[in-house]
Order: sequence, then structure tokens, then C-alpha cells
Amino acid sequence: MSVFDLPSYVQNDYLGLMTQQIEVSLGACAAGLGISLPIGQACARWRQAYPPVLVFVTVIYSIPSIALFVFLVAYTHLTETTVFIPLVIYSLAILVPGVVDGIRAVPPEVRIAADAMGFGPARRYLQVELPIATPTIMAAVRVAAVSSISLMSVGGVLGNLGGFGNLFTQGLRHFEIRLVWLGLFSLLALALVVDLALRALQRLLTPWSARRSVRA
Amino acid sequence: MISFERVTKRYPDGTVAVSSLSLEAPDGAITVLVGPSGCGKTTSLRMVNRLIEPTEGRILVNGVDARQQPAAELRRGIGYVIQQAGLFPHRTIVDNIATVPRLLGQSRSSARNRAFELMELVGLDKSLAKRYPHQLSGGQQQRVGVARALAADPPVLLMDEPFSAVDPIVRKGLQEEFLRIQAAVAKTILFVTHDIDEAVKLGDKIAVLRQGGILAQFDTPDRLLAEPADEFVEQFLGTDRGIKRLTFYTADGLNLLGGPVVAADTGTAAAREAAAAGDFPWLLVVDERRRPLGWTNPETLSGSQPVGKTRLVSYGHAFRADTDSLRAALDSAVLSPTGWAVGVDAEGAVVGVASQETIADAIRTAHATRAHPDVTPGRASGDAAGDDTADDDTAADDTPAEPAEDAGPEDRPLEQAR
Repeated sequence: MSVFDLPSYVQNDYLGLMTQQIEVSLGACAAGLGISLPIGQACARWRQAYPPVLVFVTVIYSIPSIALFVFLVAYTHLTETTVFIPLVIYSLAILVPGVVDGIRAVPPEVRIAADAMGFGPARRYLQVELPIATPTIMAAVRVAAVSSISLMSVGGVLGNLGGFGNLFTQGLRHFEIRLVWLGLFSLLALALVVDLALRALQRLLTPWSARRSVRA
Repeated sequence: MISFERVTKRYPDGTVAVSSLSLEAPDGAITVLVGPSGCGKTTSLRMVNRLIEPTEGRILVNGVDARQQPAAELRRGIGYVIQQAGLFPHRTIVDNIATVPRLLGQSRSSARNRAFELMELVGLDKSLAKRYPHQLSGGQQQRVGVARALAADPPVLLMDEPFSAVDPIVRKGLQEEFLRIQAAVAKTILFVTHDIDEAVKLGDKIAVLRQGGILAQFDTPDRLLAEPADEFVEQFLGTDRGIKRLTFYTADGLNLLGGPVVAADTGTAAAREAAAAGDFPWLLVVDERRRPLGWTNPETLSGSQPVGKTRLVSYGHAFRADTDSLRAALDSAVLSPTGWAVGVDAEGAVVGVASQETIADAIRTAHATRAHPDVTPGRASGDAAGDDTADDDTAADDTPAEPAEDAGPEDRPLEQAR
């Protein structure tokens, strides 16, 4: 028997758990980035909007996930969406400041030069500001992805919605410590692999900053 | 041509940055806006490409109101160079330069070819093309900035203190390079600086602005230095404006003497004879290629050793007789312990020497005869040629061993001047 063979009460095989884990946690992180980019851009442009937005994303980060699950179950029932939505919300607390810092880090003379060259607002954002903000944004994405992977474990309490986290709840329920260890090391390994993959992606996206120290 | 017509910029809080500014920057010339900080020079510049919109008045670029076309389109037709270069850190040098051609819809390859041409024009090695801006020195980045502004071949160029963030030596090189490029491309340039020396060096016309964006004087550099309009301009020009003005008088009309120039192997007797012939208090000793070694006092010569073996007095620094200004000649004379300036040619060979009194005479003559300073390059060469030939004979007598060498360098600067 291999360590990856799971008892029938887990109701999923190892590969299935991994797929669920990756889909939900990284999907939530990607959705969070999609929401953070426009919010962050707006906050960078209208400076007075940033403090209240920052307070808001920080406060919702403090809501316990169990409470959010219970609240959401009424609407989204026992589906992956119930786990997905809180993970998106939590990721905002990391990603919105990341985007704002990234956009603000664009040197003013570069922005003026871009305007003076005749970039329109959309082109300036896509071709100048966003690429220059990428190292800072990617640093935030790495933190958000890893934290999302870890936070998702709680989904196990809803019954088989926590990816590798299911191994914790099931292992605890059936006094099978092996499952807990397997879940723990799987999560650690996955977090490590995802972080390395995102680092590699960042190198690829920002060859120009490869030899500089990247702000974490 | 860029025309400001009673342009005012007033901010909502009531601050007036530019006050009813009217001036015309002529075609193909460098017009410098200069003034202390807060004089609205950068604001004025940025109103031309509408990075800042004027409150009142209008700005015409080549006869067309800047507000008649969309800002982005207008800007693609106006080159812009900013103080910190403002290069895009995420783009290679070649792609930075190709920015505006790409915005104008040129294909990547033709935009890059254009970028390579410009790298050559501004003196950047092709091996830098694939580098990123942070891998370049400040001076190189500024060159890229200039190349990027010129890439779409705009008729008008705006430059906002482009050379002030680099060290003085690099700045001097960039300024000279910039004048060389401008001689080739002849753009209509509006150039902002706070440095009056830079303004005098680069400007065909200079607009001095005072606090609140009020035009104090708009003139050619020579007229500005000669006749400041008021006390503010005079103070801004500094206490050495007379000396600065000498920059506009070339030294090629200076009467350089070859008599006091002797070769290192000249004996004491011959040296004394040379000094006595022209009543020269000092003799300049030169090596076999006529490069200056130092001054010797004929009175104190003794013994039989050649003058080259005696202790010589430093000559300070020499000036280029064919290309330098009277300012450089005067500086050479002032710096020299003997009070004599040493004029050399492109190879560093001595053309002749001039005393402080001779230079002072030349300055007086220049002031008296010169109504239009920038129009007659090489005008004094007729006189100079006559004088030089006479000196040449004397020099040849002093150093009979090398008559050919003596004649050669003295003729060269005159050939170059033409």
C-alpha cells in the first residue's frame, strides 16, 4: 500500500484532492487579482480613496472563515463556491495594497515621459504602469497564493471541500494520524512548488529586473 | 516656430505660475528658458505639449493652436526630454527609442531600424541596444532620452533640464554633443535650465523669467550679457557676465607672437638674442614637436646648457588658437605665472603666445567693432594670417634647426578655420 492510497471514507483519491486544492485556492487568488487590479488602480489615482478601501479589506480579513462559510452556505450550499468566495475576499487584503504600491512605485518622471510621448490613458496603464508595477504585484500574488492554499484547509469542516485539508478533518475523525501527516506535507510541498512557479513566472515577465533585488 | 501669445497659467488656489507670457521661439534654433526656481519655466514648457493646460492665451506650434488636436496626437509630434531621462525601465534601450514610432503605428522592425540610426547619431554603441536602462550610466541614459525624443523626427523638441542630473564633466560632453546633433538636425528647440552658463552656451536666444512667470528679457546671449534689461537680470547673470561674454569672441583674431618661442635645445646665447630681439621678458620652451614645456626667464640663464635643461616655470594651460574663445585665451593668460597665454593647434603644438595686454587689446577691439556677434566666423583670419607669417619668420630664425616644423603648425590652424 502506497502512502498516497486513501481510505474510502475520504471519498476522494489523492489526485482528486490535489486538483480540488489547486483549482479552488489558486482560482480564488486569480479572481482576487482580477478584482484588485481595478480597485488598486483607482486607489492609486484617487489617493483619498485608498485609506477607506484599505480599512475595508483589512476588516473583512479579520472575519473568521467559519462564520463566512455558515453565512454563505445559505446561498451557495455545500459547493466549492462556498470556500472559493471567502478565499477571494481574504486575498484582497494582500493584493489590493500590492497593486497600489506597485502602481505608486512607477517613477513620476516615467509617467510624465509616457504622457509626453503620446500614450493614451489605457495604453499608459497597460504598456507602462502595469509592467513596471509587476515585480511588486507578483510579490503580493506569491503571498496571497500561499496563504490561500493554507486557508482553504478549513473547507474540510464543510465536508470534503478543503482539498488536502480534508485529510486533517477525516484523519482526526477516524484517528488516522497518517492522513494528517500526509495532508500537512502535501500542503507544504504544494505551497513550495507554487511559490517557485510564481517566482519563475515573475522572472519571465520582468526580465528587466532580474538582477535587481525584488521588493518582497 | 513656437509662439506664446499672452499665455497665463493660474492654479485654482490663485497661484500664478506663468503671467501673460509672449515670446516666439524661432525655427531651427535653440531657445532657452532660464530663471530661478518657481519662475514657471517648466510650466511654460509643459504647456506647449499640453501636459499642463494654459488658463489664458494660446500657444501656436508651427502656426497651429496646440489645442486644435487631441493631446496624445499633438505630443507624438513633439519630442520631449526630461531631467531624469524618464526611460521605461522595463524596455530595452532600442525599444525605448522606438517608442514613439511604434505609437505612430510603424512596424516593429522599421521602428527598431530607426532606433539604431538614432543610437549612432547620439553616440551610443550598438552593443547597448539590448540592455535595460538601469544598466547604463546617467550620461548614457540621457543620450537615450535625446534619441527617444528624436525618433519620430518631430520638428519641435522640448527639453526640461536634460543635463542637470549628471556630473559636470559628463554634462559638458553632453552639451557639446547636443550642439553637434542640433547642427545636423536643426530642430526648433525649447530648452529649460536654471543654469545661466548652460543657457549662454547652448541658446541662440535666451528668455530670462522671474518669479511668477514674468518675462524679464528675451534676447541673444551676447546682447543679454552686454545689456541686461534690469537689475534682476543683471544679478541673475552673475558678477562675471563680462567674462562670460568673451565666450562669443573667437581667439583666432588674436595677434600671437612666435618670437618668444624657443626649442629646448637652444643655447643660452641664442635664447638671450631671441629675447632681446623682441624685448620679451619670458621665453616659452617647446619640445621637438613644438609642444609647450614651460617658461624660462632669459635674464637668469647662465652656463652653456640648453634652455630645455634649466628649471622652467609652468605655463598653466594652453588655449586652442583656432577654435577657442577669447575667454579661454584670457583664462590661460590669467592662470599663467608669467601673464602670457599659450596658443596651440589641434595637435597641441604651439602656434604662438600672447600677453595679457595683447588679449586686453583684442577684447577692446572686439567690443568696439562687433555689432553682430554670431555672423562672421573666421572674419579676422586675413589680419591674423599676415601677423602669423611675420611671427613665423622670427620663430624660424630663433630655431634654425627645425624650420619645417615651425612653419607647419602655424599654418594648420588657419587651414582648419576655413
